Amino acid sequence: MKTCLVVDDSRVIRKVARRILEDMAFEVIEAEDGSVAMRNCEQHMPDAILLDWNMPVLNGIEFLRALRKSPGGEAPVVVFCTTENDMTAIVEAMEAGANEYIMKPFDSEIVQSKFAEVGLV
Amino acid sequence: MKPTDFDFISKLVKERSGLVLTPEKAYLVESRLGPIARREGIATLDDLVSNLRLSGNQKLIEAVVDAMTTNETFFFRDKTPFEILENVILPDLIAKKRGAPIKIWCAAASTGQEPYSIAMVIDQLGHKLAGSRVEILGTDISERCLEKAKAGIYTQFEVQRGLPVTQLMKYFRKEGDAWKIADSLKANIRFRHMNLLDDFRTLGRFDVIFCRNVLIYFDTPTKKRVLDRMAQQMEAPGYLLMGAAETVLGVTDAFKPVQNSRGLYSIDPARTAMTRAA
Repeated sequence: MKTCLVVDDSRVIRKVARRILEDMAFEVIEAEDGSVAMRNCEQHMPDAILLDWNMPVLNGIEFLRALRKSPGGEAPVVVFCTTENDMTAIVEAMEAGANEYIMKPFDSEIVQSKFAEVGLV
Repeated sequence: MKPTDFDFISKLVKERSGLVLTPEKAYLVESRLGPIARREGIATLDDLVSNLRLSGNQKLIEAVVDAMTTNETFFFRDKTPFEILENVILPDLIAKKRGAPIKIWCAAASTGQEPYSIAMVIDQLGHKLAGSRVEILGTDISERCLEKAKAGIYTQFEVQRGLPVTQLMKYFRKEGDAWKIADSLKANIRFRHMNLLDDFRTLGRFDVIFCRNVLIYFDTPTKKRVLDRMAQQMEAPGYLLMGAAETVLGVTDAFKPVQNSRGLYSIDPARTAMTRAA
């Protein structure tokens, strides 16, 4: 079973994402900010990360840059999932090492489509 | 809705569009015609049908037919047809056409996502096109859909259905809350109104026809008429792409399946020449 780390400071979003990803046969781990997510990755590198941008402590883009520099951190497929919906944000995320990008609000169809795009389903 | 009213609507829609409405679709008719009645200031569906029967109001008839058509579409829908286009159809046509324009017809273009997806595939072929020009025609029965297709402006939801973010970055720009397709992609696509029951001869001839997920709504004799007339508009090898759940088998022998490419058919040149001569 593939693992997906859902990183979002909203408990509601994490719950919605968990439901969608479990339906897609992922084992889901949750983190409420980038710092917690980093510790999670140090213990066990997930196959995929669904990543919010704006979070306290360590935001999504800072987390992603740190992840990609860390040992084994190039491996997870990272899909941003954020309210940042300008082209400049998308470009910044992709240049930082994201594999796909979801603009909130999202639904199961969009998550499935984007995960399929990067070979996760 | 009274059975006689449903019969009237289903006959009208079939005559005008080929679309078959079976009695279990009565709920769909009611839910889609309700907004038209409200917009026109008509109190009930009974009154709407009476109005249609008595006035022959063409605009109202078109609105009813438009409302009953299914416009579901998204970028790179089903993916496989676009891989077949890139890896099977275009290499063959580029070799055979020797620089002559390759003509593609999207016969149910809806709001434009299919022709624009094709244009993206072509754009990415780059030097493999070997100088061949590709012209795309998108037609649809719905003027409302065609307006959107021509504008090439999509919502955030629409650009996230099937479209990889790399393609979004390459071919779209954001305007307010919407996403607008690049003019460079629009340059090779024409859109025009076309009912699949109408005469296709004014459209010209094509090398490829995308006719996906539309004939499923037609009865077999109508499907056959449409497919046979499409075959007449094609140049050999003449590739037809249909939806994943569709087939020409048992409908017409104007096309035959292409081995190892699901949903892909090509014309039978001998049969098409014979039919044309007749």
